[in-house]
Amino acid sequence: MIQIRGVHKSFGDLEVLKGIDLDVKKGEVVSVIGGSGSGKSTLLYCINAIEKIHQGKIIVDDIDVHAKETNQDILRQKLGMVFQQWNSFPHLTVLENAALAPQIVLKQSKEEAMEVARKELIHVGLGDKFDMYPNQMSGGQQQRLAIARALAMKPEYMLFDEVTSALDPELVGEVLDTLRLLRDDGMTMITVTHEIAFAREVSDKVAFFHKGVIEELGTPEEVIGNPQKERTQQFLSKVLH
Amino acid sequence: MSLFTPLSWGDTGFIFQGILNTIYISVVAIVIGSILGLIIGFFRAESGKFGNMLIGGVLDILRSVPLIIQLVLFTTFMGVAGFPLDPFVAGSIVLSLYTMAFMSEVFRAGFESVHDSMVTAARSLGMTYWQTVRYIRTPIGLRAVLPSWIGVALSVIKDSALVSVIGYMELLRTSEQLISRTQQPLEILIGVGIFYFIISYPLSLYGKRLERKMAL
Repeated sequence: MIQIRGVHKSFGDLEVLKGIDLDVKKGEVVSVIGGSGSGKSTLLYCINAIEKIHQGKIIVDDIDVHAKETNQDILRQKLGMVFQQWNSFPHLTVLENAALAPQIVLKQSKEEAMEVARKELIHVGLGDKFDMYPNQMSGGQQQRLAIARALAMKPEYMLFDEVTSALDPELVGEVLDTLRLLRDDGMTMITVTHEIAFAREVSDKVAFFHKGVIEELGTPEEVIGNPQKERTQQFLSKVLH
Repeated sequence: MSLFTPLSWGDTGFIFQGILNTIYISVVAIVIGSILGLIIGFFRAESGKFGNMLIGGVLDILRSVPLIIQLVLFTTFMGVAGFPLDPFVAGSIVLSLYTMAFMSEVFRAGFESVHDSMVTAARSLGMTYWQTVRYIRTPIGLRAVLPSWIGVALSVIKDSALVSVIGYMELLRTSEQLISRTQQPLEILIGVGIFYFIISYPLSLYGKRLERKMAL
């Protein structure tokens, strides 16, 4: 379980998170929506300890993420993350991309790591691309590679940071299908997304962010289907036209 | 009987030794210069303004003072200081440091070419800082600058001829001795030129091809 309690975070004078409280239970899919600059991506970076927080606590399975004694490299093994930019490792083949971290971080043997990598690549539909280099693939395929690469570490949680935003429109579908697949596997996920229809379809909970606070939190039916707050209504009317 | 004896097949071994010495000192300088350059280049890519200014100043001196002056200066200095060095040792030290000064900029550019988001992605997979340096930043950065590395290595091979001024018997000095004995400067120097061309040209072609390939 991920527990976020009173989290504040600033970049210089700019406070981007102003007291965030959020729980994500095992097996849940939580979508975070909101305008750009609302702090939604920053929250993911804080969960993964890529960014420090200035107040509050984030607890992942009883581990205090930002405590001094926490080994964040080990913590990150629990938390797979996929970014807007897929960041494939250009010097490695698709299979090597997915097998690298299990080998050097989890100290698996080469055969073991390759086996895990193959399985995850097949799972996301890249079973015929093992020996290709990332630059020979489309953005959608590279993003699925990024997902398989994270899954090969056997994380308990997956964090998705606007994973379809940098994709050509015709490639968005294949990546969303992959996320649906993970939901069906029972993966616990937090997805920051602009795909409102997708958030409504897959999420157990939706959080609407506005200027660093969670303005509205509830089931997709509540937040997207029948928003109570004016700001949520305004945002949704803009993005759904 | 003439004072001079013409070039003969008997000189082959002598010339060959000169060629070997040129290759030897070039390889030493390129290897040592690259290793030191890699370390300094990494440090420069990682450190702030102040550290950079300090190292940058030293590197600027190495890059700006002509190599021939550095060679003579260093050898003379060591002699005066009471530590006369063998020409090969002195030449290797100066040529390696000179190479390092250029290589460090090449590698620095390489490390800086790897985008931060790539490193963040690697860290998010649980890799430690040094694991990202070893498995992500170095291999990606090195690939990006391989063409420039070849360019610097080539110029080091050619610059190694200057080590002749402090008495190292590389190809140029070997041929100078032959010239003074045979009085056949044209034949000998053309031969020397051809040797440098044969080594350098394929390498520079290879570098250009790599550059085109990377641009794709």
